[in-house]
Amino acid sequence: MRFNTAPAPHLAPTGSTRRIMQWVLLAMAPGIAAQLWQFGPGVLIHLALAVATALLAESAMLRLRAQPSRAGLSDWSAALTAALLAASLPPIAPWWITVFGALFAIVIGKQLYGGLGYNPFNPAMVGYAILLISFPKAMTAWLPPTDIATAHLGLSDAWHAIVNRTGPEGASFDALAMATPLDTLKTQLGLGRTMDEIQSAALFGALAGKGWQWVNLGYLAGGLWLLRRGLIAWQIPAGFLAALGASSLGFFLLEPQSYPTPLFHLLGGATMLGAFFIATDPVTASTTPKGRLIYGALIGSLVFVIRSWGGYPDGVAFAVLLLNLAAPTIDHYTRPRVYGHPR
Amino acid sequence: MFTLHRFHGGLHLNAHKEDSSLAPLATAPVPPRLIFPLQQRGGQNAQSLVEVGDHVRKGQVIAQGEGPMNPPIHASSSGVVSAIEPRPLPHPSGLADLAIVIDTDGEDLALEAEARPDYRRLAPDELRRIIFEAGIVGLGGAAFSTAVKTDPGHRAIDTLILNGAECEPYITCDDSLLRNFPLEVLEGARILMRVLGVERCLLGIEDDMPEAIRALRETQQAGDYADIDVVTVPALYPSGGEKQLIRILTGREVPTRGIPADAGVVCQNVGTAAAVYRAVVRGEPLIERIVTVTGQGVKNPGNWLVRIGTPIADLVRYAGGYSGTAERLILGGPMMGIALPSDALPLVKAANCVLVTGRGETTGPKEALPCIRCGACAEVCPVNLLPQQLYWYSRADNLQRAEEYQLADCIECGCCDYVCPSHIPLVQYFRAAKGELVAKQRERSKADHARERFEARQARKEREKQERAEAAQRKKAALAKPDASEIQDAIARAKARKHPLESAPTAPRHERFPHPEVPHPEGEGEQGCSDFHVDESPKAQEPAEN
Amino acid sequence: MLAFLAVCVLFTLFGALLGYSSRRFKVEGDPLADKIDALLPQTQCGQCGFPGCRPYAEAIARGEADINQCPPGGEDGVLALADLLGVEPKPLSGEHGAEKPKSVAVIDETRCIGCTLCIQACPVDAILGAAKLMHTVIAAECTGCELCIAPCPVDCIAMEPVRENLGTWLWPKPDGTR
Repeated sequence: MRFNTAPAPHLAPTGSTRRIMQWVLLAMAPGIAAQLWQFGPGVLIHLALAVATALLAESAMLRLRAQPSRAGLSDWSAALTAALLAASLPPIAPWWITVFGALFAIVIGKQLYGGLGYNPFNPAMVGYAILLISFPKAMTAWLPPTDIATAHLGLSDAWHAIVNRTGPEGASFDALAMATPLDTLKTQLGLGRTMDEIQSAALFGALAGKGWQWVNLGYLAGGLWLLRRGLIAWQIPAGFLAALGASSLGFFLLEPQSYPTPLFHLLGGATMLGAFFIATDPVTASTTPKGRLIYGALIGSLVFVIRSWGGYPDGVAFAVLLLNLAAPTIDHYTRPRVYGHPR
Repeated sequence: MFTLHRFHGGLHLNAHKEDSSLAPLATAPVPPRLIFPLQQRGGQNAQSLVEVGDHVRKGQVIAQGEGPMNPPIHASSSGVVSAIEPRPLPHPSGLADLAIVIDTDGEDLALEAEARPDYRRLAPDELRRIIFEAGIVGLGGAAFSTAVKTDPGHRAIDTLILNGAECEPYITCDDSLLRNFPLEVLEGARILMRVLGVERCLLGIEDDMPEAIRALRETQQAGDYADIDVVTVPALYPSGGEKQLIRILTGREVPTRGIPADAGVVCQNVGTAAAVYRAVVRGEPLIERIVTVTGQGVKNPGNWLVRIGTPIADLVRYAGGYSGTAERLILGGPMMGIALPSDALPLVKAANCVLVTGRGETTGPKEALPCIRCGACAEVCPVNLLPQQLYWYSRADNLQRAEEYQLADCIECGCCDYVCPSHIPLVQYFRAAKGELVAKQRERSKADHARERFEARQARKEREKQERAEAAQRKKAALAKPDASEIQDAIARAKARKHPLESAPTAPRHERFPHPEVPHPEGEGEQGCSDFHVDESPKAQEPAEN
Repeated sequence: MLAFLAVCVLFTLFGALLGYSSRRFKVEGDPLADKIDALLPQTQCGQCGFPGCRPYAEAIARGEADINQCPPGGEDGVLALADLLGVEPKPLSGEHGAEKPKSVAVIDETRCIGCTLCIQACPVDAILGAAKLMHTVIAAECTGCELCIAPCPVDCIAMEPVRENLGTWLWPKPDGTR
């Protein structure tokens, strides 16, 4: 009798890359839902546009690179990249922004480097960064959160705003947009206002920016679920949030009139999305336990630096991209002690 | 109470122990044919002491290896040697080499055994000799010579560890041994303690073997075994790995590239201890062992006391045969065992389990996706390596980097491979790269050795040439002076110098590699000293022409 | 202007620092020939056209020999040399012979007449014997150089490939690249 031979281990593996990607996508649901609730259905339109573009681009690139496109698409990584990008875009950004960003992320950020597993930079953040640099105006025009908005956009209104650049009936398109709390803070501080004056504005809520606090809490919930399932390493979000919290606390205590509260930082901007979903992208992050802590902490501090003194209101994308570059070096110097080697 | 230590990583696996542990231990009959491969650890063949047609008895030494690393092989039943021929080895290489085949006669005639009930009177060296001559090797799977392992040389040993932590799924042969022969194991431990001169013995056993633990404790209470500590350890793969168990029980670590004795510990499988007891007290060589036959691919899984050399096909037949869905035949467990192509292969001393997996019980062909560096592998690695990094280096044949990331410390347990979401055959990459590293080192040292010998030869030739030139000069000088007495003196001097040359070695000797006795083919001594040749070839041809 | 000057000063400073440290902390390495010799297989076969590995290594170091003249070292050997010397690897040159499986010389002892010619030819003293006595090759010392084959007047020496055993067998790579 002949038997099938193959090298050990013989037990069937339990996990799969596709599963991980699907779970991470699922974990984004609470955050996306909060965005939908606070900023209208624009996020859904961008999500659909981005996913469709990314899948088409991925499939075309795989074919060009003579790789099996079905296997490449079935890992769901392109969809995840697209979702992360779409979640970072203003809800009424023009449609071509999303298409261009997704194309850039997949073609330049991922496939040109060799596809999944070979890209040194987080593709979603590559796409976001190029958009932010190229189209700063469109990329900073957010909607006011639902509490203080004068016009509430329905699905077709959002569609018109995104595709035709027109406002809903009776309102001009330009009147729709509003700066984000982080952006407002930066401008107002630049004008010499104190924190008390700035925070009395309607845009600021009990915890952080109105609307934004809920979005961040949504991503926090999804992130905690990922942690519980063991799908992401705890060190990166822990390092990120601890460093951001500590540095903002320090400066807040020193000069409470020039720096916002740590809570404003932690629940503002893309903090939670960045800490749990973007910085944790395993391909581009550090992979050693100690390295991940350092990697997360450096991103967190860099986010604070960019937000406080940089040219852009938020810094997650740039901080992540910079640390992507440093990840191999961090890994090299944080190798764990192997069994039997001197302590 | 005893404090246990932890090792990094590890896996909780579905144990499947009940598949085989519920049936009582059965004794396998003598198979019609026994097969004993002669190739031993490291690739050298043992020398057969029998010839085709010889009648052999149970317990008779049929092959002898070289050095203490290769203990003898004994016939496990009586019969006639029917062939000494190349047979496939139960090894992943699929290589074939000489094996002694014995057609059994069913009589099971044994050589008379020399019982030594009072082993306490025997010196450690004498005990080690008995262990070696009984052909005992580690029964946990590595088949390392027990006589060598129990001879730590200058290293100070304070603890003997008996490994009863059968951590691989499916395997229950040690469980069965401990339940049925606890006394043999404990007495064997005593003998090993005496051989090593240690006062302390720790017997590590996984907590999912309650009956074995109970049997051991009962025997312990009946006798006086206070010096042996039976320690239950939490079931976690691979806690039965030697290095891992040492860490769990003592908190010490075996230094890299070292052996357990460097940490003051000698670790033996419980089966080995029982074999030592039988060899010393009953005078029985290692000719049988307990083997687990299990998996969905066999009809009646269970544990069998089976003769070494029994073909796997016979053992499966005793266990009711294949159940129709048999897919893979694995020698060993599902994490580290080797999948064999055929059941005609024999059970060797290290064979602990025959696992016949049914459909869907083991993995199918794996489609590897790119590594996403998720680090799941590093989390479970029991030696705390970074498999995600080692993978890149191994795949790209960057052996230098792989070595820098301590590839050599990989124990090939398969944890990383099992958890990899991209289904990358990591262990296979590591095994290949490790082999390549070892081969490179071997080639390097062989080349260095050849260089040494070449240089020694060059130096010798140079020296000889110089001596010849000097002698010629002296001869010339002597001829130039017509004083007869000086000529006599010169000849005498030349003769005197020639003689020590004959006896003294001319090339440096190397301890491990004996230098050929005649690297000096000119045979100047024979030729007389009046003739000084610079060119050596015509001289050397002389003997051939004579 | 000030910024420009500052950058210039900085660059000069860093350049000086680098230059200084490259002199101050210069690592005295092995002479090149030693490093090359360490990579050669030490078969001492002379197929490269030099009388032994060391002379070949010295010739490479002087730039008088190419890196692809060593068949026993094979493509791996060429790669290692190219790596060391920082040159492009190239295929083995055909005129020096082709890479062969590792072999050892074996003397047919029934035909050996004990002439000692092979003993003199052996560069590593791996042949044992005396005049008029049968010779034998110490397999563990034989480098497989084949230098003993030609001198044998009765052609009783043959090269036998080294057989793979459990000690030398290697696991293949899963992607089949080795």
